[in-house]
Amino acid sequence: MWISSHRKAIMAKKTLLDEKEMYIILHRLACQLIENHQDFKETILIGIQPRGVFFADRLVKILREDYKIENIKLGKLDITFYRDDFRRREDPIAASSTDINFIVDNKNVVFIDDVLYSGRSVRSALTAIQAFGRPKNIELLVLIDRRFSRHLPIQPDYKGRQVDVIKDERVLVEWSENMKKDKVCIVSSESS
Amino acid sequence: MANLSVSHLLGIKNLKLDDIELIFKTAEHFKEVINRPIKKVPSLRDITIANLFFENSTRTRLSFELAEKRLSADIINFSASQSSVKKGESLIDTVNNILSMKVDIIVMRHPNEGAGDFLSRHVNARIVNAGDGAHEHPTQALLDSFSIREKLGEVRGKKIVIIGDILHSRVALSNIYALLLQGAEVKLCGPTTLIPKYITSLGVSYENSLKKALEWCDVANVLRVQHERMDIKYFPSVREYTQLFGINRELLDSLEKEIVIMHPGPINRGVELTSDVADSKQSIILNQVENGVAIRMAVIYLLAQQISRN
Repeated sequence: MWISSHRKAIMAKKTLLDEKEMYIILHRLACQLIENHQDFKETILIGIQPRGVFFADRLVKILREDYKIENIKLGKLDITFYRDDFRRREDPIAASSTDINFIVDNKNVVFIDDVLYSGRSVRSALTAIQAFGRPKNIELLVLIDRRFSRHLPIQPDYKGRQVDVIKDERVLVEWSENMKKDKVCIVSSESS
Repeated sequence: MANLSVSHLLGIKNLKLDDIELIFKTAEHFKEVINRPIKKVPSLRDITIANLFFENSTRTRLSFELAEKRLSADIINFSASQSSVKKGESLIDTVNNILSMKVDIIVMRHPNEGAGDFLSRHVNARIVNAGDGAHEHPTQALLDSFSIREKLGEVRGKKIVIIGDILHSRVALSNIYALLLQGAEVKLCGPTTLIPKYITSLGVSYENSLKKALEWCDVANVLRVQHERMDIKYFPSVREYTQLFGINRELLDSLEKEIVIMHPGPINRGVELTSDVADSKQSIILNQVENGVAIRMAVIYLLAQQISRN
């Protein structure tokens, strides 16, 4: 879990999106992607490791099963070696796998991540993707956009829900694949 | 765990199993990186590494250099033959002079055992031992185990025989530590004059017959006969050595199962391995070389991670 263990007490966990709202939002995002990318022939979806990958897998499942779109190219991109906080963190981050078996030259790339916060992960992803070619353009799709919290001039092209969350709070996205059900919560830690 | 338990890589003896696992996991990611169209990551942009080679080396030096460049580190190279060492400068003086140029990591090969350990106590930099005398060569052992794991799935429970000049080999000692730590069984094979006297106390066994050793093992790690380190004659002739301890195709074909052949290089073709064995499908010698870069990237990345920028 990403909540560090030394935080003893979790004071409040309020639900931001329940299963039904998640269903509607995921289908809306899938439709918006279809609107802009039609048959996805020139499009590559990239889930940003680690948590964007669950979201990307789900979106692709919806596109394939509910909207019958075949031949969607999906990759996973790990940004650990491109982060700008290397050697600045107390707890080092372990790398995840990158799985991109195609060249992204002249393709429309869509980055998929669950929560957009400071924008630094996306900045790292923009650098990391260059190792796989020069995309025609890059878009950003996020489930949750924490607005007013950006450190960099990065904005999403597609967003599930925009929220205002104070600095001490964290947004936690749960997927039925790894948790019990689809849910987005805001977790605030107790401050003493 | 995403951090090593050590601040320097001096030998496998100082590592824990978790460290080896972390290095392997990181190396897997770097192996993917070095197979990309653009084989470089920017992680170590602000790290400077000095490669100090007080002893000749080609592949280890190139492998380290490439690993460092793939991580975007700045590097300086130093070899003893062109330096003030010849003029009588001490090791600490040489290294402190280099460190005053703001170097963060030192990769060092040295003819004296324990040189890396000595340096780590006296200078303020992370040290990676790239071979110290006949003591340890940790990155070679790591890449050997990594290659076995890649080929056979895991190291635990596997039977590995190390053949040849164990006495002068730092590769052998590091491999013994690494393989035993990971739960493999290790046997040594070679002329008795080239087997250190108390080596079995480490938990390895010895077999004089090459044929029996090969029949027992899953993997044969064949070492080079290090003529340059031999001050006396350890066996009557190279011809006799080849007859007793050289691996050829007929010998491999006479075994019941197919075994994996490894060699840290450089190979004396026709001495410890014939060419048809070295270039066969059973040989993973070139995979070892490729994995060497990924392993060295992982080691350097994980040590650099500990150097705080704050």
